[in-house]
Amino acid sequence: MEGSFITTKFNTILGWARKFSLFHYPYVTACCGMEYMSAACAHFDIDRFGAGWTRFSPRQSDMLLVVGTVTQKLAPVLRTVYEQMTEPKWVVAFGTCAVSGGIYDNYAVVQGIDQIIPVDIYIPGCPPRPETVLDGLIKLQEKIQKQEQEWRWKRRK
Amino acid sequence: MEKKKIIEELKQKFPEKVKETSVQFGAETLVIDKDSLLDIVQFLKAEPYSYTMLLDLTCVDYKGQEPRFEMVYHLYSLPNKHRLRIKAKLGEKDLSIDSLTSLWKNANWLEREAFDMFGIVFRGHPDLRRIFMYDGFEGYPLRKDYPLRKRQPRIPLRE
Repeated sequence: MEGSFITTKFNTILGWARKFSLFHYPYVTACCGMEYMSAACAHFDIDRFGAGWTRFSPRQSDMLLVVGTVTQKLAPVLRTVYEQMTEPKWVVAFGTCAVSGGIYDNYAVVQGIDQIIPVDIYIPGCPPRPETVLDGLIKLQEKIQKQEQEWRWKRRK
Repeated sequence: MEKKKIIEELKQKFPEKVKETSVQFGAETLVIDKDSLLDIVQFLKAEPYSYTMLLDLTCVDYKGQEPRFEMVYHLYSLPNKHRLRIKAKLGEKDLSIDSLTSLWKNANWLEREAFDMFGIVFRGHPDLRRIFMYDGFEGYPLRKDYPLRKRQPRIPLRE
């Protein structure tokens, strides 16, 4: 039997499977959308990292990409979209506006989406370079690989 | 139509109501008494002046001066190809001015914006409520004394 099988933990293999099949939902509100398009299309191509499939439905996606400024009036919509996503789910704050409100420190803009929904990865930049986006994506994959996975028939303590 | 004629005729027609006039870079501006806004604008909209288009309507906050606020109306005459700017000053104690919704439908949303951002009350407006900000927002954000980093209560989620 030498060399014919490998052993692993179910948690690890599930993390491996999940990190390379990130269906993403682009919640694009502003100019960072151009950088998102650049990162998603052929030149930089996040599909190489397994995040190629854009699902325009939050119910079928794993990764919520919040790309751009979120205003106070948009905040309940973002929260609703997040709650519609099925587990497991991860949130990426893409660009300075989503991270902290950016230059829009005023009455109309939410000062960082982490005031509304939990965020896994922050990608800074105004807008971030596609290389930064890829770096953020790889960091998210490391996080997914290392985290405690959940599955349906998992034994609870 | 002569360019300067309109200001002269308005001065003759409404001697008490037109307070100041000025021509700068070819743009005629008149400052009027705020209670006679509807009369003057109705006169301008009718022939032969035919200022049939309300281009814009907004407000300016001159904090520290009295009267503090100033409403600015931009009219355009399509047949005469001529623009006219009308200003009316509003003191802090009485922030009401006549609504132009009876003359122009686009005044509806523009006046709602001025109400939302500056708190100007338009008499005779059919539906004067906030247009940009949400219910529960306190204060008028484009006033100069609105705190820059003031945080407001969030919009609650729908059930």
